[in-house]
Amino acid sequence: MFETLQHWLSTWMWDWLAVLITILIQAVVIILPLMLVVAYLTYAERKVIAYMQVRMGPNRVGPYGLLQPIADAVKLLFKEVVLPSQSNIYLFLIAPVLAIAPAIAVWAAIPFAEGWVVADIDAGVLYVLAISSITVYGVVVSGWASNSKYAFLGALRSSAQKISYEIAMGFALVTVLMVADTMNLTQIVEGQKGGIWHWYLIPLLPMFVVYFISGVAETNRAPFDIAEGESEIVAGFHVEYSGMAFAVFFLAEYAMMILISYMTAIMFLGGWWSPFEGIPVLETLFAWVPGFWWLALKVAFLLFTFLWFRATFPRYRYDQLMRLGWKVFIPLTIVWVFVVMLLHYYKVGPWFN
Amino acid sequence: MSHTLRHWIKTFGLIELFKGLAVTGKYLFKPKITVRYPEEKTPISPRFRGHHALRRYENGEERCIACKLCEAVCPANAITIESEEREDGTRRTTRYDIDMFKCIYCGFCEEACPVDAIVESRVFEYVFWERGENIMTKEKLLEFGDKHEQIIAADKAADAKYR
Repeated sequence: MFETLQHWLSTWMWDWLAVLITILIQAVVIILPLMLVVAYLTYAERKVIAYMQVRMGPNRVGPYGLLQPIADAVKLLFKEVVLPSQSNIYLFLIAPVLAIAPAIAVWAAIPFAEGWVVADIDAGVLYVLAISSITVYGVVVSGWASNSKYAFLGALRSSAQKISYEIAMGFALVTVLMVADTMNLTQIVEGQKGGIWHWYLIPLLPMFVVYFISGVAETNRAPFDIAEGESEIVAGFHVEYSGMAFAVFFLAEYAMMILISYMTAIMFLGGWWSPFEGIPVLETLFAWVPGFWWLALKVAFLLFTFLWFRATFPRYRYDQLMRLGWKVFIPLTIVWVFVVMLLHYYKVGPWFN
Repeated sequence: MSHTLRHWIKTFGLIELFKGLAVTGKYLFKPKITVRYPEEKTPISPRFRGHHALRRYENGEERCIACKLCEAVCPANAITIESEEREDGTRRTTRYDIDMFKCIYCGFCEEACPVDAIVESRVFEYVFWERGENIMTKEKLLEFGDKHEQIIAADKAADAKYR
Protein backbone atom coordinates (compact mmCIF):
# COMPACT_ATOMS: atom_id res chain seq x y z
CA MET A 1 0.00 0.00 0.00
CA PHE A 2 2.76 2.42 0.97
CA GLU A 3 4.90 1.30 -1.98
CA THR A 4 2.20 2.27 -4.46
CA LEU A 5 1.82 5.60 -2.69
CA GLN A 6 5.54 6.19 -2.93
CA HIS A 7 5.58 5.21 -6.62
CA TRP A 8 2.73 7.55 -7.37
CA LEU A 9 4.38 10.40 -5.47
CA SER A 10 7.75 9.90 -7.17
CA THR A 11 6.15 10.27 -10.61
CA TRP A 12 5.70 14.00 -10.04
CA MET A 13 8.26 14.97 -7.36
CA TRP A 14 11.82 14.25 -6.30
CA ASP A 15 12.41 10.72 -5.11
CA TRP A 16 13.78 11.73 -1.71
CA LEU A 17 10.72 13.89 -1.08
CA ALA A 18 8.44 11.03 -2.01
CA VAL A 19 10.27 8.77 0.43
CA LEU A 20 10.11 11.42 3.17
CA ILE A 21 6.39 11.99 2.69
CA THR A 22 5.69 8.27 2.69
CA ILE A 23 7.64 7.82 5.92
CA LEU A 24 5.82 10.74 7.53
CA ILE A 25 2.46 9.29 6.53
CA GLN A 26 3.48 5.90 7.90
CA ALA A 27 4.50 7.51 11.19
CA VAL A 28 1.24 9.41 11.51
CA VAL A 29 -0.81 6.34 10.62
CA ILE A 30 0.78 4.49 13.53
CA ILE A 31 1.24 7.24 16.11
CA LEU A 32 -2.23 8.81 15.98
CA PRO A 33 -4.21 5.63 16.70
CA LEU A 34 -1.55 4.62 19.22
CA MET A 35 -1.97 7.87 21.17
CA LEU A 36 -5.74 7.47 21.03
CA VAL A 37 -5.49 3.94 22.39
CA VAL A 38 -3.11 5.15 25.10
CA ALA A 39 -5.58 7.87 26.09
CA TYR A 40 -8.44 5.41 26.37
CA LEU A 41 -6.23 2.87 28.08
CA THR A 42 -5.83 5.33 30.95
CA TYR A 43 -9.60 5.66 31.02
CA ALA A 44 -10.02 1.89 30.95
CA GLU A 45 -7.47 1.54 33.72
CA ARG A 46 -9.30 3.94 35.99
CA LYS A 47 -12.64 2.35 35.20
CA VAL A 48 -11.50 -1.26 35.63
CA ILE A 49 -9.68 -0.60 38.89
CA ALA A 50 -12.63 1.40 40.16
CA TYR A 51 -15.04 -1.39 39.29
CA MET A 52 -12.85 -3.94 41.04
CA GLN A 53 -12.92 -1.69 44.10
CA VAL A 54 -16.74 -1.42 43.91
CA ARG A 55 -16.47 2.20 42.84
CA MET A 56 -17.60 3.83 39.62
CA GLY A 57 -14.50 5.61 38.43
CA PRO A 58 -14.57 8.69 36.22
CA ASN A 59 -18.17 9.41 35.23
CA ARG A 60 -18.44 13.21 35.18
CA VAL A 61 -16.81 14.33 31.93
CA GLY A 62 -19.06 13.33 29.07
CA PRO A 63 -21.29 10.25 29.01
CA TYR A 64 -19.83 7.59 31.33
CA GLY A 65 -16.79 9.85 31.71
CA LEU A 66 -15.69 9.03 28.17
CA LEU A 67 -14.16 12.47 27.63
CA GLN A 68 -12.01 12.17 30.77
CA PRO A 69 -8.76 11.36 28.91
CA ILE A 70 -9.24 14.40 26.70
CA ALA A 71 -9.81 16.59 29.74
CA ASP A 72 -6.67 15.13 31.31
CA ALA A 73 -4.64 15.77 28.18
CA VAL A 74 -5.83 19.37 27.96
CA LYS A 75 -5.02 19.92 31.62
CA LEU A 76 -1.50 18.53 31.25
CA LEU A 77 -0.91 20.55 28.07
CA PHE A 78 -1.68 23.82 29.80
CA LYS A 79 0.27 23.09 32.97
CA GLU A 80 3.65 24.66 33.50
CA VAL A 81 6.68 22.44 33.05
CA VAL A 82 8.58 23.19 36.24
CA LEU A 83 12.34 23.08 35.78
CA PRO A 84 14.15 22.37 39.07
CA SER A 85 16.83 25.03 39.50
CA GLN A 86 19.52 22.56 40.57
CA SER A 87 18.83 20.11 37.78
CA ASN A 88 20.66 19.54 34.54
CA ILE A 89 18.14 21.22 32.28
CA TYR A 90 19.45 19.70 29.08
CA LEU A 91 19.27 16.12 30.35
CA PHE A 92 16.08 16.91 32.22
CA LEU A 93 14.30 17.84 29.01
CA ILE A 94 15.88 15.16 26.84
CA ALA A 95 14.83 12.34 29.20
CA PRO A 96 11.12 12.28 28.25
CA VAL A 97 12.15 12.21 24.61
CA LEU A 98 14.43 9.28 25.33
CA ALA A 99 11.49 7.53 26.94
CA ILE A 100 8.89 8.15 24.25
CA ALA A 101 10.99 7.89 21.08
CA PRO A 102 11.84 4.18 21.39
CA ALA A 103 8.34 3.42 22.66
CA ILE A 104 7.03 4.75 19.36
CA ALA A 105 9.88 3.57 17.14
CA VAL A 106 9.28 -0.09 18.03
CA TRP A 107 5.94 -0.04 16.29
CA ALA A 108 7.64 0.05 12.89
CA ALA A 109 8.26 -3.70 13.04
CA ILE A 110 4.98 -4.78 14.63
CA PRO A 111 2.50 -6.42 12.25
CA PHE A 112 -1.10 -5.47 12.96
CA ALA A 113 -2.60 -7.97 10.57
CA GLU A 114 -1.48 -10.01 7.60
CA GLY A 115 0.78 -7.64 5.67
CA TRP A 116 -0.11 -4.62 7.80
CA VAL A 117 3.41 -3.76 8.84
CA VAL A 118 5.53 -0.71 8.14
CA ALA A 119 8.86 -2.51 8.01
CA ASP A 120 8.68 -6.26 7.51
CA ILE A 121 12.27 -6.84 8.66
CA ASP A 122 13.73 -10.31 9.07
CA ALA A 123 15.29 -9.56 12.46
CA GLY A 124 12.04 -8.07 13.78
CA VAL A 125 12.32 -9.67 17.20
CA LEU A 126 15.85 -8.35 17.63
CA TYR A 127 14.76 -4.90 16.53
CA VAL A 128 11.90 -4.83 19.01
CA LEU A 129 14.08 -6.09 21.86
CA ALA A 130 16.87 -3.65 21.08
CA ILE A 131 14.71 -0.58 20.71
CA SER A 132 12.44 -1.32 23.66
CA SER A 133 15.42 -1.74 25.98
CA ILE A 134 16.49 1.81 25.16
CA THR A 135 13.48 3.10 27.12
CA VAL A 136 15.46 2.44 30.29
CA TYR A 137 17.66 5.40 29.36
CA GLY A 138 14.72 7.75 29.64
CA VAL A 139 14.17 6.58 33.20
CA VAL A 140 17.84 6.63 34.19
CA VAL A 141 18.54 10.02 32.63
CA SER A 142 15.44 11.58 34.15
CA GLY A 143 16.36 10.26 37.60
CA TRP A 144 19.89 11.57 37.26
CA ALA A 145 18.99 14.95 35.79
CA SER A 146 16.30 15.74 38.38
CA ASN A 147 18.97 16.03 41.11
CA SER A 148 16.47 14.64 43.61
CA LYS A 149 16.93 11.73 46.00
CA TYR A 150 13.63 10.13 45.20
CA ALA A 151 14.05 10.44 41.47
CA PHE A 152 17.54 9.02 41.70
CA LEU A 153 16.42 6.06 43.82
CA GLY A 154 13.57 5.42 41.41
CA ALA A 155 15.92 5.49 38.45
CA LEU A 156 18.35 3.09 40.14
CA ARG A 157 15.61 0.66 41.03
CA SER A 158 14.07 0.88 37.63
CA SER A 159 17.30 0.31 35.73
CA ALA A 160 18.20 -2.68 37.88
CA GLN A 161 14.73 -4.12 37.43
CA LYS A 162 14.53 -3.59 33.69
CA ILE A 163 17.93 -5.07 33.03
CA SER A 164 17.21 -8.13 35.21
CA TYR A 165 13.90 -8.88 33.59
CA GLU A 166 15.13 -8.26 30.08
CA ILE A 167 17.31 -11.37 30.38
CA ALA A 168 14.38 -13.60 31.27
CA MET A 169 12.35 -11.95 28.55
CA GLY A 170 15.07 -12.53 25.98
CA PHE A 171 15.39 -16.20 26.91
CA ALA A 172 11.63 -16.63 26.71
CA LEU A 173 11.74 -15.19 23.21
CA VAL A 174 14.62 -17.49 22.31
CA THR A 175 12.31 -20.47 22.85
CA VAL A 176 9.76 -18.88 20.53
CA LEU A 177 12.43 -18.36 17.90
CA MET A 178 13.50 -21.98 18.25
CA VAL A 179 9.96 -23.17 17.68
CA ALA A 180 9.25 -20.71 14.88
CA ASP A 181 12.63 -21.02 13.13
CA THR A 182 12.48 -17.34 12.20
CA MET A 183 12.92 -13.88 13.69
CA ASN A 184 10.47 -12.23 11.35
CA LEU A 185 7.36 -11.34 13.34
CA THR A 186 5.03 -11.92 10.39
CA GLN A 187 6.49 -15.36 9.80
CA ILE A 188 6.25 -16.19 13.50
CA VAL A 189 2.52 -15.57 13.27
CA GLU A 190 2.33 -17.51 10.00
CA GLY A 191 3.89 -20.46 11.84
CA GLN A 192 0.94 -20.53 14.24
CA LYS A 193 -1.65 -20.96 11.50
CA GLY A 194 -4.11 -23.80 11.66
CA GLY A 195 -6.11 -23.73 14.87
CA ILE A 196 -5.71 -22.87 18.51
CA TRP A 197 -3.55 -25.94 19.19
CA HIS A 198 -0.89 -24.59 16.85
CA TRP A 199 -0.38 -21.47 18.94
CA TYR A 200 2.98 -21.34 20.70
CA LEU A 201 1.06 -20.79 23.92
CA ILE A 202 0.69 -24.54 24.35
CA PRO A 203 4.22 -25.91 23.98
CA LEU A 204 5.64 -22.80 25.62
CA LEU A 205 3.10 -22.16 28.37
CA PRO A 206 5.70 -21.47 31.10
CA MET A 207 7.50 -19.14 28.72
CA PHE A 208 4.27 -17.33 28.01
CA VAL A 209 3.81 -16.75 31.74
CA VAL A 210 7.43 -15.70 32.19
CA TYR A 211 7.31 -13.41 29.19
CA PHE A 212 4.14 -11.69 30.24
CA ILE A 213 5.19 -11.24 33.88
CA SER A 214 8.58 -9.93 32.74
CA GLY A 215 6.68 -7.61 30.44
CA VAL A 216 4.73 -6.27 33.40
CA ALA A 217 8.06 -5.71 35.16
CA GLU A 218 9.59 -4.14 32.04
CA THR A 219 6.90 -1.51 31.85
CA ASN A 220 7.18 -0.70 35.58
CA ARG A 221 3.59 -1.68 36.16
CA ALA A 222 2.09 -2.91 39.41
CA PRO A 223 2.97 -5.23 41.13
CA PHE A 224 6.49 -4.41 39.92
CA ASP A 225 6.18 -0.64 40.10
CA ILE A 226 8.92 -0.13 42.67
CA ALA A 227 10.40 2.51 40.39
CA GLU A 228 7.54 4.80 41.28
CA GLY A 229 6.31 3.23 44.51
CA GLU A 230 4.33 6.18 45.79
CA SER A 231 4.37 4.95 49.38
CA GLU A 232 8.18 4.90 49.48
CA ILE A 233 9.72 7.28 46.96
CA VAL A 234 6.77 9.49 46.04
CA ALA A 235 6.72 8.95 42.29
CA GLY A 236 10.20 7.65 41.60
CA PHE A 237 11.99 8.89 38.54
CA HIS A 238 9.34 11.39 37.48
CA VAL A 239 8.75 13.25 40.78
CA GLU A 240 10.21 16.46 39.42
CA TYR A 241 8.28 16.39 36.17
CA SER A 242 5.05 18.25 35.58
CA GLY A 243 2.79 19.19 32.72
CA MET A 244 3.58 17.84 29.29
CA ALA A 245 7.00 16.49 30.29
CA PHE A 246 5.26 14.22 32.77
CA ALA A 247 2.58 13.34 30.25
CA VAL A 248 5.26 12.16 27.83
CA PHE A 249 6.57 9.68 30.41
CA PHE A 250 3.01 8.57 30.93
CA LEU A 251 2.46 8.07 27.20
CA ALA A 252 5.69 6.11 26.94
CA GLU A 253 4.70 3.79 29.78
CA TYR A 254 1.31 3.06 28.28
CA ALA A 255 2.68 2.70 24.75
CA MET A 256 5.11 0.12 26.12
CA MET A 257 2.23 -1.70 27.81
CA ILE A 258 0.43 -1.94 24.50
CA LEU A 259 3.65 -3.06 22.82
CA ILE A 260 4.20 -5.85 25.35
CA SER A 261 0.63 -6.98 24.82
CA TYR A 262 1.09 -6.98 21.05
CA MET A 263 4.33 -8.92 21.34
CA THR A 264 2.74 -11.47 23.65
CA ALA A 265 -0.22 -11.88 21.31
CA ILE A 266 2.03 -12.24 18.28
CA MET A 267 4.51 -14.60 19.91
CA PHE A 268 2.21 -16.85 21.90
CA LEU A 269 -1.44 -16.23 21.11
CA GLY A 270 -1.40 -16.77 17.37
CA GLY A 271 -1.34 -13.14 16.27
CA TRP A 272 -4.17 -12.41 13.87
CA TRP A 273 -5.38 -16.01 13.53
CA SER A 274 -8.89 -16.68 14.71
CA PRO A 275 -9.10 -18.95 17.77
CA PHE A 276 -11.90 -20.87 16.03
CA GLU A 277 -9.74 -22.00 13.15
CA GLY A 278 -10.20 -25.68 12.40
CA ILE A 279 -13.32 -26.01 14.57
CA PRO A 280 -16.08 -27.10 12.15
CA VAL A 281 -19.06 -24.79 12.78
CA LEU A 282 -17.44 -21.86 14.56
CA GLU A 283 -14.83 -21.38 11.87
CA THR A 284 -17.36 -20.56 9.17
CA LEU A 285 -19.45 -18.57 11.64
CA PHE A 286 -16.57 -16.23 12.43
CA ALA A 287 -14.88 -16.29 9.02
CA TRP A 288 -15.99 -12.72 8.28
CA VAL A 289 -14.00 -11.21 11.18
CA PRO A 290 -10.77 -9.67 9.81
CA GLY A 291 -7.48 -10.73 11.37
CA PHE A 292 -6.80 -7.23 12.65
CA TRP A 293 -9.71 -7.50 15.07
CA TRP A 294 -8.68 -10.90 16.38
CA LEU A 295 -5.25 -9.49 17.19
CA ALA A 296 -6.81 -6.36 18.70
CA LEU A 297 -9.08 -8.53 20.81
CA LYS A 298 -6.18 -10.57 22.15
CA VAL A 299 -4.24 -7.39 22.87
CA ALA A 300 -7.24 -5.88 24.62
CA PHE A 301 -7.52 -8.93 26.84
CA LEU A 302 -3.83 -8.81 27.72
CA LEU A 303 -4.10 -5.09 28.49
CA PHE A 304 -7.06 -5.88 30.70
CA THR A 305 -4.92 -8.37 32.61
CA PHE A 306 -2.35 -5.59 33.12
CA LEU A 307 -5.05 -3.56 34.85
CA TRP A 308 -6.39 -6.65 36.61
CA PHE A 309 -2.94 -7.31 38.08
CA ARG A 310 -2.72 -3.74 39.27
CA ALA A 311 -6.06 -4.02 41.04
CA THR A 312 -5.14 -7.34 42.63
CA PHE A 313 -1.52 -7.63 43.71
CA PRO A 314 0.42 -5.68 46.31
CA ARG A 315 3.77 -4.26 45.28
CA TYR A 316 6.86 -6.49 45.41
CA ARG A 317 9.65 -5.57 47.76
CA TYR A 318 12.92 -4.77 45.97
CA ASP A 319 14.72 -7.93 47.11
CA GLN A 320 11.71 -10.12 46.29
CA LEU A 321 11.64 -8.62 42.84
CA MET A 322 15.31 -9.37 42.26
CA ARG A 323 14.86 -12.88 43.64
CA LEU A 324 11.99 -13.55 41.24
CA GLY A 325 13.94 -12.24 38.31
CA TRP A 326 17.29 -13.86 38.89
CA LYS A 327 16.53 -16.99 40.89
CA VAL A 328 13.22 -18.06 39.35
CA PHE A 329 12.69 -16.68 35.87
CA ILE A 330 16.21 -16.94 34.49
CA PRO A 331 16.80 -20.57 35.59
CA LEU A 332 13.29 -21.49 34.47
CA THR A 333 13.78 -20.01 31.04
CA ILE A 334 17.20 -21.61 30.60
CA VAL A 335 15.74 -25.01 31.51
CA TRP A 336 12.92 -24.49 29.04
CA VAL A 337 15.35 -23.56 26.30
CA PHE A 338 16.86 -27.02 26.76
CA VAL A 339 13.43 -28.66 26.89
CA VAL A 340 12.49 -26.99 23.61
CA MET A 341 15.83 -28.05 22.19
CA LEU A 342 15.08 -31.70 22.99
CA LEU A 343 11.52 -31.44 21.69
CA HIS A 344 12.88 -29.93 18.52
CA TYR A 345 15.54 -32.59 18.11
CA TYR A 346 13.12 -35.49 18.56
CA LYS A 347 10.38 -33.69 16.54
CA VAL A 348 7.63 -33.98 19.15
CA GLY A 349 4.01 -33.01 18.67
CA PRO A 350 2.42 -30.84 16.01
CA TRP A 351 4.79 -27.94 16.62
CA PHE A 352 8.16 -29.49 15.86
CA ASN A 353 7.85 -31.38 12.63
CA MET B 1 9.03 -34.86 50.15
CA SER B 2 5.33 -34.58 49.46
CA HIS B 3 5.31 -31.26 51.27
CA THR B 4 8.04 -29.87 49.04
CA LEU B 5 6.27 -31.19 45.98
CA ARG B 6 3.00 -29.59 47.03
CA HIS B 7 4.83 -26.34 47.68
CA TRP B 8 6.39 -26.42 44.21
CA ILE B 9 3.09 -27.14 42.52
CA LYS B 10 1.51 -24.31 44.49
CA THR B 11 4.21 -21.80 43.56
CA PHE B 12 4.67 -22.72 39.93
CA GLY B 13 0.95 -23.20 39.39
CA LEU B 14 0.49 -19.61 40.59
CA ILE B 15 -2.43 -20.88 42.70
CA GLU B 16 -2.47 -17.99 45.14
CA LEU B 17 -2.22 -15.45 42.34
CA PHE B 18 -5.20 -16.94 40.55
CA LYS B 19 -7.17 -16.91 43.80
CA GLY B 20 -6.48 -13.22 44.15
CA LEU B 21 -7.40 -12.57 40.54
CA ALA B 22 -10.64 -14.49 41.06
CA VAL B 23 -11.57 -12.21 43.97
CA THR B 24 -11.01 -8.99 42.03
CA GLY B 25 -12.59 -10.54 38.96
CA LYS B 26 -15.70 -11.30 40.99
CA TYR B 27 -15.86 -7.77 42.37
CA LEU B 28 -15.68 -6.38 38.83
CA PHE B 29 -19.28 -7.44 38.35
CA LYS B 30 -20.64 -6.55 41.78
CA PRO B 31 -23.08 -3.64 42.03
CA LYS B 32 -21.23 -0.44 42.78
CA ILE B 33 -21.78 1.34 46.06
CA THR B 34 -20.87 4.81 44.83
CA VAL B 35 -23.50 7.50 45.52
CA ARG B 36 -23.49 10.03 42.68
CA TYR B 37 -23.92 12.85 45.16
CA PRO B 38 -25.70 15.79 43.62
CA GLU B 39 -28.12 13.48 41.80
CA GLU B 40 -28.35 10.79 44.45
CA LYS B 41 -28.36 11.27 48.21
CA THR B 42 -28.05 8.93 51.12
CA PRO B 43 -30.91 8.87 53.64
CA ILE B 44 -30.36 11.10 56.67
CA SER B 45 -31.27 10.31 60.25
CA PRO B 46 -33.64 12.70 62.10
CA ARG B 47 -30.80 13.00 64.60
CA PHE B 48 -28.47 14.45 61.98
CA ARG B 49 -26.54 17.42 63.34
CA GLY B 50 -26.19 19.99 60.58
CA HIS B 51 -26.94 23.68 60.28
CA HIS B 52 -28.14 25.36 63.51
CA ALA B 53 -31.52 26.99 63.92
CA LEU B 54 -33.31 29.00 66.62
CA ARG B 55 -36.93 27.98 66.98
CA ARG B 56 -40.08 29.84 67.94
CA TYR B 57 -43.28 28.84 69.76
CA GLU B 58 -46.39 28.50 67.67
CA ASN B 59 -47.51 31.99 68.66
CA GLY B 60 -44.37 33.43 67.12
CA GLU B 61 -42.54 34.09 70.39
CA GLU B 62 -38.88 33.12 70.27
CA ARG B 63 -38.07 30.22 72.56
CA CYS B 64 -34.63 31.27 73.70
CA ILE B 65 -34.60 32.70 77.23
CA ALA B 66 -30.87 33.53 77.32
CA CYS B 67 -30.04 31.00 80.04
CA LYS B 68 -26.62 30.68 78.44
CA LEU B 69 -26.45 26.93 79.14
CA CYS B 70 -25.50 26.32 75.52
CA GLU B 71 -22.76 28.90 75.71
CA ALA B 72 -21.47 27.23 78.87
CA VAL B 73 -21.58 23.69 77.49
CA CYS B 74 -20.12 24.49 74.08
CA PRO B 75 -16.74 22.70 73.97
CA ALA B 76 -15.49 24.86 71.12
CA ASN B 77 -16.62 28.20 72.58
CA ALA B 78 -18.47 28.81 69.36
CA ILE B 79 -21.52 30.48 70.96
CA THR B 80 -21.58 34.06 72.20
CA ILE B 81 -24.70 35.35 73.97
CA GLU B 82 -25.61 38.79 75.34
CA SER B 83 -28.97 39.42 76.97
CA GLU B 84 -31.12 42.07 78.62
CA GLU B 85 -34.61 42.51 80.05
CA ARG B 86 -37.36 43.22 77.59
CA GLU B 87 -40.18 45.76 78.20
CA ASP B 88 -42.55 42.96 79.33
CA GLY B 89 -40.04 41.94 81.99
CA THR B 90 -38.81 38.74 80.35
CA ARG B 91 -35.16 38.06 79.66
CA ARG B 92 -34.19 37.69 76.00
CA THR B 93 -30.98 37.64 74.03
CA THR B 94 -29.78 40.73 72.24
CA ARG B 95 -27.00 38.82 70.58
CA TYR B 96 -26.81 35.12 69.77
CA ASP B 97 -23.80 34.35 67.56
CA ILE B 98 -22.55 30.94 66.50
CA ASP B 99 -19.19 30.84 64.78
CA MET B 100 -19.73 28.03 62.26
CA PHE B 101 -15.98 27.62 61.82
CA LYS B 102 -15.45 26.97 65.52
CA CYS B 103 -18.51 24.74 65.85
CA ILE B 104 -17.75 21.03 65.91
CA TYR B 105 -21.41 19.98 65.49
CA CYS B 106 -21.41 17.95 68.72
CA GLY B 107 -25.02 18.81 69.49
CA PHE B 108 -24.35 19.66 73.15
CA CYS B 109 -26.11 23.02 72.79
CA GLU B 110 -29.22 21.22 71.64
CA GLU B 111 -28.95 18.80 74.58
CA ALA B 112 -28.40 21.59 77.08
CA CYS B 113 -31.25 23.78 75.93
CA PRO B 114 -34.18 23.61 78.44
CA VAL B 115 -36.68 25.12 75.98
CA ASP B 116 -35.62 23.40 72.75
CA ALA B 117 -34.67 26.75 71.24
CA ILE B 118 -31.32 25.99 69.64
CA VAL B 119 -31.44 22.89 67.44
CA GLU B 120 -29.31 21.36 64.76
CA SER B 121 -31.22 20.58 61.59
CA ARG B 122 -30.63 18.02 58.88
CA VAL B 123 -29.49 20.74 56.47
CA PHE B 124 -25.83 20.20 55.65
CA GLU B 125 -25.54 21.72 52.17
CA TYR B 126 -24.55 25.28 52.92
CA VAL B 127 -21.54 27.30 52.00
CA PHE B 128 -19.89 30.59 52.93
CA TRP B 129 -18.72 32.77 50.08
CA GLU B 130 -17.20 35.60 52.09
CA ARG B 131 -15.40 36.10 55.35
CA GLY B 132 -17.80 36.90 58.14
CA GLU B 133 -20.62 34.82 56.74
CA ASN B 134 -19.53 32.05 59.08
CA ILE B 135 -20.88 34.03 62.05
CA MET B 136 -24.52 33.01 62.37
CA THR B 137 -26.30 35.90 64.06
CA LYS B 138 -29.56 35.67 65.97
CA GLU B 139 -31.51 37.04 62.99
CA LYS B 140 -30.04 34.52 60.60
CA LEU B 141 -30.63 31.64 62.97
CA LEU B 142 -34.24 32.65 63.63
CA GLU B 143 -34.87 33.10 59.91
CA PHE B 144 -33.36 29.69 59.23
CA GLY B 145 -35.55 28.19 61.96
CA ASP B 146 -38.67 29.77 60.47
CA LYS B 147 -37.78 28.52 57.02
CA HIS B 148 -37.20 24.91 58.07
CA GLU B 149 -39.63 24.72 61.02
CA GLN B 150 -41.65 21.89 59.49
CA ILE B 151 -38.69 19.57 58.96
CA ILE B 152 -37.17 20.47 62.33
CA ALA B 153 -40.45 19.86 64.17
CA ALA B 154 -40.93 16.52 62.41
CA ASP B 155 -37.35 15.44 63.19
CA LYS B 156 -37.67 16.42 66.86
CA ALA B 157 -41.00 14.60 67.13
CA ALA B 158 -39.50 11.47 65.58
CA ASP B 159 -36.66 11.48 68.09
CA ALA B 160 -38.73 12.60 71.13
CA LYS B 161 -39.62 9.15 72.42
CA TYR B 162 -35.97 8.17 72.74
CA ARG B 163 -34.98 11.18 74.85
